[in-house]
Amino acid sequence: MRDFLRRYWRTLTRPSAYYSLGFLTIGGFVAGVLSWGAFNTAMEFTNTEQFCIACHEMRDNVYQEIQPTIHFTNRSGVRAKCSDCHVPKDWTHKMARKMQASKEVWGWIFGTISTREKFLAKRRELAEREWVRMRANDSLECRNCHEFGSMDFTRQSKRAAEAHSTSLQSGEKTCIDCHKGIAHRLPDMAKQ
Amino acid sequence: MKCLATIPKGFVFLSLLLLTPAFAQQAHDPLRPGAGFAEDPKTAPLVNAENDDKKRVRSYAMQPPTIPHKTDNYQLDRFANRCMMCHARTRAPETQATPISITHYMDRDGNFLADVSPRRYFCDQCHVVQMEGQPPPVRSTFRDVDEIIRGKARK
Repeated sequence: MRDFLRRYWRTLTRPSAYYSLGFLTIGGFVAGVLSWGAFNTAMEFTNTEQFCIACHEMRDNVYQEIQPTIHFTNRSGVRAKCSDCHVPKDWTHKMARKMQASKEVWGWIFGTISTREKFLAKRRELAEREWVRMRANDSLECRNCHEFGSMDFTRQSKRAAEAHSTSLQSGEKTCIDCHKGIAHRLPDMAKQ
Repeated sequence: MKCLATIPKGFVFLSLLLLTPAFAQQAHDPLRPGAGFAEDPKTAPLVNAENDDKKRVRSYAMQPPTIPHKTDNYQLDRFANRCMMCHARTRAPETQATPISITHYMDRDGNFLADVSPRRYFCDQCHVVQMEGQPPPVRSTFRDVDEIIRGKARK
């Protein structure tokens, strides 16, 4: 094994004897562009709804639940897909979230929520994790579309205007503190 | 013809009657008032629930108050009760919603429980929203008791 590594290390550190510098630099650049493009395309594919609902865990539970809500069906047809709320938009945080999501692949392989019963039993834990995440980033995924500065309180209902102009404005509360269970059903809230 | 003979004559007559188009038009479908079974009536457009947070009059003292706001997509099942997230006793100071009355804590023997009685858990069994600008769908001759007392006093 050490001999094997040493041989490769020697190949890597020696100057090229056959390929021109031009080929190596331009070829390296082109290969870099291609592999980066491929990487990003593949990662963007994991952000599509088609990818998320390819598994029955998502398709039969959460995807069914979002359909009657305002984030899926509404008068103007603007809608949020899974990644709009569950994956950060900027690259660094997206990468971090994608790495965390590898645990979901583990769960998928071992069928952690492979039945409706298992899903319901684990639901509180899963929801709790998402609430903590959204509270920590000040409901960033909500605010990607719902900008506080553009909210017209006079167009809101009395209760909404009251809550938004006080607790939300002062930063004492963030979106998710009140708007839980708006896109999916709530877990068993009686459990501690 | 042997098997036909076993079916009662009245049944044969009734089935013939049901098949007659004239009868079908007269037939009345209680779920679709004013339309026969064979007709395809136009459905009235859907309207939104009133959402102005104004308390409405109660027609009699024991009437469950109607809901003055939208309740679209409110979750009300064994897992969660969206109404109680504001109307619970402990949530009232923060939300300024009307806390549920003491009767909601009573079981059927009149004992007071620590939390909402299971028989009062499903709010929309009694409390309902009112649709915007809609006349009551069912006509009624109900009169407010106040009106009756005042009417009598005038006489």
